[in-house]
Amino acid sequence: MKEVFEILEQNARATPEQISTMVDKPVSEVEKIIKQAEKDGTILRYKTIINWPKLRDEDIRALIEVRVAPQRDVGFDAIAERIYQFPEVYSAYVVSGTYDLAILVKGKNMQEISSFVTEKLAPLERVQSTVTHFLLKRYKENGEIFHLPKETNRRLPITL
Amino acid sequence: MLNTKSAAIRARDNLISQKVTTLLPSGIRKFFDLLSSVEDIISLSIGEPDFITPWHIREAGIYSLEKGYTMYTSNSGMPELRQELASYLELRYGVSYHPEHEILITAGSSEGLDLALRAIINPGDEVIIPDPCYVAYPADVILAGGVPILVPTNEENNFVVRATDIEARITKQTKAILLGYPANPTGAVMSQKEAAAIAELAKKHNLLVISDEIYARLVYGAEHICFPSLPGMRERTILISGFSKSHAMTGWRIGYVAADRRFVQALTKIHQYTMLSAPTMTQMAAIEALRNGDSDVEKMVQEYNRRRRFMVKRLNEIGLPCFEPKGAFFTFPSIKATRMNSEEFAEKLLLEEKVAVVPGTAFGPCGEGFVRCCYATSLSSIEEALKRMDRFVKKVG
Repeated sequence: MKEVFEILEQNARATPEQISTMVDKPVSEVEKIIKQAEKDGTILRYKTIINWPKLRDEDIRALIEVRVAPQRDVGFDAIAERIYQFPEVYSAYVVSGTYDLAILVKGKNMQEISSFVTEKLAPLERVQSTVTHFLLKRYKENGEIFHLPKETNRRLPITL
Repeated sequence: MLNTKSAAIRARDNLISQKVTTLLPSGIRKFFDLLSSVEDIISLSIGEPDFITPWHIREAGIYSLEKGYTMYTSNSGMPELRQELASYLELRYGVSYHPEHEILITAGSSEGLDLALRAIINPGDEVIIPDPCYVAYPADVILAGGVPILVPTNEENNFVVRATDIEARITKQTKAILLGYPANPTGAVMSQKEAAAIAELAKKHNLLVISDEIYARLVYGAEHICFPSLPGMRERTILISGFSKSHAMTGWRIGYVAADRRFVQALTKIHQYTMLSAPTMTQMAAIEALRNGDSDVEKMVQEYNRRRRFMVKRLNEIGLPCFEPKGAFFTFPSIKATRMNSEEFAEKLLLEEKVAVVPGTAFGPCGEGFVRCCYATSLSSIEEALKRMDRFVKKVG
């Protein structure tokens, strides 16, 4: 079952027929696994990885360290939710170490991100401090390497 | 006067040795040339992994350069590497070799094969080889002064050589049996029973076995039989293997030989006069591969297996019947239904559909009627190649 998801994670467009051959299971069983996973939230969504820099249409992104005061009973969850609901936030984590939340935000330009920080994030009641790091260059994201030189075939056309 | 030259002088005029002149079959040479003249092909004819060596192994190689490990190692190879290999073979296959005296590190398994043949062959000695086989086997036997004796194998036996067929070809001159399972070009894997029968034969006729197990790690739903692990075979088997296929390290040139010390001693003599030692950087990378590379191998095997199932199914669907290859990364479909011979098929497929496969005859006469398709290439390329092959078969059928 895990193998079906591994294949889909690599290629969301793999068809049940293709997967069935690759994992040596009947098509009907693969279809059932996928349907069930879509229903129970194992598969959340099918997305496409776009190489935006190639279109010279890249968002500005920033990593923000946030120190917050946790609350009785809910810990960081309540304040985290207040923060991650903002559409500017595309990833959010509670982390160990010298700060509490690590969030990744994106905007059209620097102005957009700085207004998010100064007008929305920093004034939140339980937010104690923020440190904003603008991302200067993306090398790798979710396992995908950007700015790779054009794939060249290094192998000889035939080897016996 | 020119025409009175003696035969001896004329022979000397041909500056290249006769053995070398006659090596590669001319049909294949022609196909090679054709292949390099066609652009934008999808190649199923590459016999090496499409993966790049895992990063931690490459990094170990870089580190060794950074630290200045640029000198020769001991002829036999770095002690740490031989130690790792001894533990590996013991753990995985239950065969023990003394790391100091019974393991030799070579520049690829190809060197190991050459050394083994040169170390055991006297002029005229015969070496039994299953047909079809990896192209270097007969060539290396000839270069070592021996005579290759080909034993036909066929589809009915999944291209595994039968002990009875070997026995029928044993003469007073027979010195060794050269086996390569999992097999290039067929993907065949030898079962315990088949291997045991050959082992009995070797003992009965006092023959050596040279077992090239370079594809040992690439098996799918089958167990690899390590030949020296069979009863009584450790003493008469020269085991040859390496890292090229298992860890995607073809360009590093690193392999090894494991055998009883009298053999390793003999091989080391030749090695020290010809290669001296395997590349140092590469040996350091190989240590890392053995210590921390197992999960990489498993991942690659899983990926090959998906492509293998896909290719075998599609080949059968499009009318190129193919037995299930349980090892290496090759399929060996029959093209007899197209009523073409292997070379014609490969040539036409290349020119008309720009898909490259290797004619079975490159690997011996028994390869006639088959082509070798390698699935060590991306699934999307395999899909597209098979789409084109389907069209081709329909057109010519």
